[in-house]
Amino acid sequence: MRLPRPVLRRLVRFAVSLVVLVVASFAMIHLIPGDPVRAALGPAAPVELVEARRAALGLDQPLPAQLGSYVKGLLSGDLGTSFLTSEPVTDVIAARLPNTLALALVATLVALLVAVPLGMAAAVRTENGRNRGTEAAFGTVTGAAVAVPEFLYAIALVAVFAIGLDLLPPAGKAGPETFVLPVLALAVGPAAMISRIARAETLRELGTDYVRLARAKRLPAARLHLRHVLPNTLTATLTMGGLLLSGLITGSVLVEYVFAWPGLGLKIVEAITQKDYPVAQGVILVYGAIVLVVNLAVDVVLGMLDPTSAVKES
Amino acid sequence: MPRTPSAVAGTVLVALMVVLAVIGPPLWGDEAARIDATAVLQGGSAAHPFGTDNLGRDLLARVLVAARYSLLLALAAALIGGVAGIVLGALPSVLPRRGARFVTGMVNALVAFPGLLLAMFTAVVTGLGARGAVLGIGAAIAPGFARLTQTLAASVAGADYVAAARMLGVPRHRVLARHVLPNIAEPLILNLAMALGGALLGLSGMSFLGLGVQPPDYDWGRLLFDGFGRIYVNPEVALGPAAAVALAGIGFNLLGDALAKGAARRPAHRPDGAAPPAAPAPDEAEVQPDAVLDVRGLTVSFPGGVTPVRGVSLSVGPGEIVGLVGESGSGKSLTAAAVGGLVPYPGAVSHTALRLSGEEAATLTQKELGTSLAMVFQDPMASLNPALRVGGQLAEVAQVHQGATRAEARRRAVDRLGHVHLPEPEKQAGRHPHQLSGGMRQRAVIAMGLMGTPKLIIADEPTTALDVTVQRQILRLLREVTEETRAGVLFISHDIAVVGELCDRVVVMYAGRVVEELPVERLAEGAAHPYTRALLGSLPDMDTDRSRPLASIPGRQPAPGDVGDGCAFAPRCPLAGERCESSRPPLARVGAGHLVACWEAS
Amino acid sequence: MRIDNLTVRFGGFTAVDSVSLDVPEGHIVGLVGESGSGKSSLARAVCGLVPHTGLVSGASRPQMVFQDPYASLDPRMKIGESVAEGLRGLRGAARDAEVARLLGLVSLPAELAGRYPRELSGGQRQRVAIARALGARPDLLVADEITSALDVSVQGAVLNLVRSLRDELGVTILFISHNLAVVRYVCDEVAVLHHGRLVEHGPTEDVIGAPAHDYTRALIEAVPRVPRP
Repeated sequence: MRLPRPVLRRLVRFAVSLVVLVVASFAMIHLIPGDPVRAALGPAAPVELVEARRAALGLDQPLPAQLGSYVKGLLSGDLGTSFLTSEPVTDVIAARLPNTLALALVATLVALLVAVPLGMAAAVRTENGRNRGTEAAFGTVTGAAVAVPEFLYAIALVAVFAIGLDLLPPAGKAGPETFVLPVLALAVGPAAMISRIARAETLRELGTDYVRLARAKRLPAARLHLRHVLPNTLTATLTMGGLLLSGLITGSVLVEYVFAWPGLGLKIVEAITQKDYPVAQGVILVYGAIVLVVNLAVDVVLGMLDPTSAVKES
Repeated sequence: MPRTPSAVAGTVLVALMVVLAVIGPPLWGDEAARIDATAVLQGGSAAHPFGTDNLGRDLLARVLVAARYSLLLALAAALIGGVAGIVLGALPSVLPRRGARFVTGMVNALVAFPGLLLAMFTAVVTGLGARGAVLGIGAAIAPGFARLTQTLAASVAGADYVAAARMLGVPRHRVLARHVLPNIAEPLILNLAMALGGALLGLSGMSFLGLGVQPPDYDWGRLLFDGFGRIYVNPEVALGPAAAVALAGIGFNLLGDALAKGAARRPAHRPDGAAPPAAPAPDEAEVQPDAVLDVRGLTVSFPGGVTPVRGVSLSVGPGEIVGLVGESGSGKSLTAAAVGGLVPYPGAVSHTALRLSGEEAATLTQKELGTSLAMVFQDPMASLNPALRVGGQLAEVAQVHQGATRAEARRRAVDRLGHVHLPEPEKQAGRHPHQLSGGMRQRAVIAMGLMGTPKLIIADEPTTALDVTVQRQILRLLREVTEETRAGVLFISHDIAVVGELCDRVVVMYAGRVVEELPVERLAEGAAHPYTRALLGSLPDMDTDRSRPLASIPGRQPAPGDVGDGCAFAPRCPLAGERCESSRPPLARVGAGHLVACWEAS
Repeated sequence: MRIDNLTVRFGGFTAVDSVSLDVPEGHIVGLVGESGSGKSSLARAVCGLVPHTGLVSGASRPQMVFQDPYASLDPRMKIGESVAEGLRGLRGAARDAEVARLLGLVSLPAELAGRYPRELSGGQRQRVAIARALGARPDLLVADEITSALDVSVQGAVLNLVRSLRDELGVTILFISHNLAVVRYVCDEVAVLHHGRLVEHGPTEDVIGAPAHDYTRALIEAVPRVPRP
């Protein structure tokens, strides 16, 4: 099977970004001024230990050889070992990654399910400047909601629902009830953003000739909005949703920190503060790779949804 | 900038933050630094509303003082990110081809990564502290800025006025300085203002994670980091810095929104409470007893006293094609929209009568309207829904209004597509609109109108976007459909030659009114209104005498809000006399089927 | 002006396919064709705005007037500044006088120099674009669909202006339009472009009166006509 050109171009871009990511994560340790091992172990550490660590990391070898063994390690799933616990970084990530993904996916789903209908309804109600009050309220509320960062939502939710009212657990991951607050904290901002985009897209669609024509056909409102408007707004909305998902995955760092959620985010904060460079390097690499894969997946899904692009290629 | 409540709120909040940054440290600096061993780790009290920290320092004072440092760090990060981004974005237009591609590729790769990731990367490299956080947030802002600069510069560089400057031999650096930079500066500055808000939130987040500002320095994020540890005991200690960060974020965002809206300068109809003017007295018009469309005194007005259509009366007989011709702004398209019931809010439509086949349109059901009225618009690219198959879009009329099953509706759709001479109708029905050419799409739209039993087809500039050879085919098809179905056609066009070729009767509109109505046979030689004659004379046709100059009409058509009491054409009219300035000529009969609104026409 | 074997390619698509055309000095040659015929690409290639192969000789200072008068003037520059852009080595009063003279050539009052494009109508902007082009003393003026974005009532005046540029100033013009009736009225010669190829070229009377190519005939057929009794 020959791949269509835009798909090929997209794959090339993915590959280039991946290479940039790998090189950057490799370079990270080398960009640290001074000796990272000494910096991590502190001035009191014995010289032999520092030398042993340096050798274990391969820092005593020439750069190209180091990059080579780094890439070789990556391919075989070896991301090095933690300075602090001597656990393989791969194991640390494997234990943490599912928790982060679960949180981000549920939050994305919640955001999309709430925001798309909300944005569409707001558009229909405020079309051509009718109901200016609704329009102003929608704009102000979503504008404010977008502007408040997720960690503030998280703190507020903990203070009110976990500490104040004692309704939900304040931290940790166990049963479904532990998901409620972190998911809410993560989803509010993106939901506000998506609903704004959904409204703008719907308004644009409502102004097109084919919607005028559908109105001239006197189609019932539900059919008009669901069949003619919705599919055309999805492209932009989902693009944004995809971008937000990758933002959400890193945004979860702060939320995980607040809720002591045992995910990658909590781990990387620990790793950076404690100068556990191999862990920090591995987690950043994984975060970056997830973002790239999500973006690629969004593009592929959009390509399949959009009849224009799907057919042009064949 | 629009004076909406959110714009005002944003401005006030940002102003407040700036004032606080200026006066905070001198006013409360001492209090914020005063160590009090007797009041360590207190909760909220009258003396310390937000409590005290582990050295007994007042947290309210510390929040107020921290405004300056928080804002300065954000400003530094936004500037670093903005400048680096603009440089990266501008580089490709200066560098040789390979270098340009490399920079563009790097920017594209970096833009994919979320800001926090880049910021954490930088934090690892530079170590914990304000410097690392500022650099990191700056690095997070830069790729987006680079992309924006590239996009903006590319769109300006592709503009016709830049091409013109290049042809005039204006050197490259002057083109950049005179044309490109001024036209991209405004959006860039606007985005820098918005990036400032983002930088503030990002830095607060870094400090909150303990990765940013380190003691003894403190910003809002650091205060929140300290407060969060005590949230189970004294939740109020987190309140101060949390509120500060939230308000700053909201303020910058609302202000940025408002500035962006102001920059877009959306022209909007603003309702200012003025009642729509009373409908002008309807003019005379040809009346046919069996007319499929009969509209009297049609007026469309918008809030603010703007009345683009003023007392238009029209009728269309069965099997008759009536051309409605005029320039942009004459009200012809709004007339068509009003007849079709499609005038957008807040437009108000009034009329003394609007009858479709003898029945008041207001009494007709949606089903009757949906099947007896067909519309065709100008842009065939835009009139079909790109997401739906052609056949499905046709079939839904039959399904919704005529209770047909899916299969029946589809059969009928294929049949109608064949009817408008679309080759292989079965195949076309299964395709998406973008797979059809412009002419084929316009045929499909006409076929859509034929799904019901149309009595009136409203065609608004249906051939304007088409090539002449395709235009000819569509005109023929319209004629054929009319003769076969005996439907009437209201054909709107700016092109008097097209109207002359296709229509039976011609109605000329100027500034919202009908100025002349006449049978097409009289158009070439017998047009009486000076405007109609000027229209005919200003566009050459294949018989125009090439040795003589074309007619030209000085001035321009008045905007719908500027139409006075007299004849709207008088300021441009060679015949205009005193009476024309002061009183409007009524539409009066001058011959069989020929009406003219002019004092001077004979 | 001579065009020899001009070819314009965009990727794998050939927009203009080895076209050769003579434009005699002081004449208006019309280039007519439908969308996708390559007429605009040809125009841009002649002005050096798109890469091409083949030879364009005898037009060392070509100038172009674009279709959309709302896009061809920098919205942030006053009319006078736009017109003065092509004036080399003129400063101060001499420059202002030249701008006024150029505006006069296109029948615009000199006061317009102080205005911004947004204050002008489409027809006025198109005149400004012509004045700007004339300022560079072009040996060829390329007019690309200059009336198709204008309202009908001002088209006649712009077409009259194009003819007077030839009659009074002797400007050589390549006039591009999809409207055969307009081309017939304005031009001394007509060239017909179809799918990037030149299918017919000759004096206007010959091409319109006795078209040799089927496509030309179809184009002439398709021009709408007001019926005359």
